[in-house]
Amino acid sequence: MKILVCVTSVPDTTTRITFTDNNTKLNKAGVQFITGPYDDYALARAVELKEQSGATVTVLTVGEVDAEPVIRKCLAIGADDAIRVNADPADAYFVAGQIAAIAKENKYDLILMGRESIDYNGGQVHGIVAEMLGIPSISPVMKLDISGSTARMTREIEGGKEDLEANLPLVLGCQEPIAEWKIPNMRGIMSARTKPLKVVQPTGNDTLTTVASYELPAPRGAVKMIPADQAETLIQLLRTEAKVI
Amino acid sequence: MSVLIFVELDEGKIKKSSQEAIFYGAKVAETMGTSATAVVAGQADQSELAAAGRFGATKVLHAADGKLNEPNGMAYASVVAAAAQQEGASVVVLAKSSLADAMAARLAGKLKAGLAANAIELPDLSDGFQVKTSIYTGKAFAYTNLTADTKILAIKKNTIETEETDATATVEAFSPALNDGDFGLKVTNTEKATGDVLLPEADLVVSAGRGLKGPENWGIVEDLAKALHAATACSKPVSDLDWRPHHEHVGQTGIKVSPNLYIAAGISGAIQHLAGVNSSKVIVVINKDPEAPFFKSADYGIVGDVFDVLPRLTKAVQAL
Ligand SMILES: Cc1cc2nc3c(=O)[nH]c(=O)nc-3n(C[C@H](O)[C@H](O)[C@H](O)COP(=O)(O)OP(=O)(O)OC[C@H]3O[C@@H](n4cnc5c(N)ncnc54)[C@H](O)[C@@H]3O)c2cc1C
Ligand SMILES: Cc1cc2nc3c(=O)[nH]c(=O)nc-3n(C[C@H](O)[C@H](O)[C@H](O)COP(=O)(O)OP(=O)(O)OC[C@H]3O[C@@H](n4cnc5c(N)ncnc54)[C@H](O)[C@@H]3O)c2cc1C
Repeated sequence: MKILVCVTSVPDTTTRITFTDNNTKLNKAGVQFITGPYDDYALARAVELKEQSGATVTVLTVGEVDAEPVIRKCLAIGADDAIRVNADPADAYFVAGQIAAIAKENKYDLILMGRESIDYNGGQVHGIVAEMLGIPSISPVMKLDISGSTARMTREIEGGKEDLEANLPLVLGCQEPIAEWKIPNMRGIMSARTKPLKVVQPTGNDTLTTVASYELPAPRGAVKMIPADQAETLIQLLRTEAKVI
Repeated sequence: MSVLIFVELDEGKIKKSSQEAIFYGAKVAETMGTSATAVVAGQADQSELAAAGRFGATKVLHAADGKLNEPNGMAYASVVAAAAQQEGASVVVLAKSSLADAMAARLAGKLKAGLAANAIELPDLSDGFQVKTSIYTGKAFAYTNLTADTKILAIKKNTIETEETDATATVEAFSPALNDGDFGLKVTNTEKATGDVLLPEADLVVSAGRGLKGPENWGIVEDLAKALHAATACSKPVSDLDWRPHHEHVGQTGIKVSPNLYIAAGISGAIQHLAGVNSSKVIVVINKDPEAPFFKSADYGIVGDVFDVLPRLTKAVQAL
């Protein structure tokens, strides 16, 4: 079985986001970049499937050279090889076009992604890729088992979950608890250095969105503290002052 | 030319978030000098369909094929794509939900449409097509230009305040050819909480964290939620520990909510938690530690023990 895992390089979840150049660029100073947390779940499940049934796992990112540390980490966690499409990931449609082009060439049985990136939160790359390939997409997937060419999955729905079955090939957007996040060990880190990382040039340059400028949320006003022994007054304030109940 | 709105029903009624989408879509249509058309897939009551008019839709396309009764993002995307073609629509609006998100992504691929995945305001059409979107899980906003011919706007809850009239929409049967490839998934089992307020739809949310000490103590959280007709939510460790089901987990790696009121009890306010809740209109924090970071992001705060404070709040609500 051939598995492709698509990963993003995104600011660590604890980052306080700020912008530069008159609010037109992310301020990368001091920002630690990590693999998208949902992508980490996808990768962890792919590596488990490999351990269980001998799959090959390729990781793919569309990004500039500064995304490579994140890819090396994926190799250290257990992916066999990596592909970086050397391009600025300008928007979801562009990224999806790159992934679909590589998938058409290599015919993966399973394409695993995160449910959404944690920078642009689009939740759309899996759907667009699947549409381009003419195969089903399912997201967010919380459980995945493969037997033969059938995938059995659990997907989260509003207020619950559902179990599903489908035939490979599939594109899935993953989330917890599909697998436990994996941390690379020393042996993994050493072997990652010699695993193949192929850099390819992008095909086409279709983008459908551009960002004109960024903005930070306005700070909330000062918090109004209510003494614990007068907790009931909170309910009055929510009714008469905040007018939310 | 019209603006299309994908409308979801829940237990036969237009979902509240879809009411908001219709109203939003009608506003966009007004600015564009055109009309708003809703699209509904699956079984639905004629009178409920006509009720889309109350929020500004002039027409409803109803795809009633029995195969569409089960929610199916891929098939619904095909239906909406066919509707967009029939109507010559260049803008599609939908309210974010697990179904709508999956559908929007497929639709973006089909129509080669620019998708604003978390629109939080009406678009600005004065120079091109620009919309404010939420990015970095609510930590920032982007003014995003949609440059493709077709645009999809997926709106977050509480993007616009709806108003109702007593207009009704005309309902037209819509029977696009269905594609077998869209029905390749077989649902073998569904578990869905019934009767409860759905978290992503809820106006009021009562959420609790590790400060509750264990799942056996959730009664006080549920009691307050019940008194307020609120949904319950929780922090990530609480769902990781299986104290609460996963679909209640809010935050950066969970559900993102933007209700009118978010009450956080025994939650410290880690940045990953805040990311998923900080667009709530009013935030109340109850924590025994006056230094808990959450107080800095709150509108109202109570330093106190949840086991004392929550039951007292419940009583106060019941007394209203
Ligand atoms: C410096 C910088 C600037 C950027 N500026 C923009 C911008 O202005 N506008 C914009 O839309 N995007 C921008 N991006 C790209 C963004 O990070 C995404 O790669 C892309 O836009 C898709 O975002 P999404 O939220 O729709 O992805 P989603 O659809 O939420 O992602 C779902 C899954 O798709 C996969 N995926 C997403 N992106 C990639 C990728 N690049 N490579 C491999 N797999 C991927 C992952 O598995 C991910 O979990 C920028 C990235 C960087 C590093
Ligand atoms: C990549 C990543 C993603 C993450 N995503 C999320 C996410 O999506 N959502 C999320 O929630 N977290 C997320 N986290 C975890 C996050 O960092 C915090 O660990 C988590 O939010 C803490 O949960 P908590 O507030 O319930 O528990 P704690 O931090 O343990 O806080 C418990 C609080 O309860 C208070 N308390 C204790 N007893 C009482 C009492 N009797 N009365 C009143 N108050 C009391 C304490 O003072 C404390 O402030 C993520 C972490 C990482 C690394």
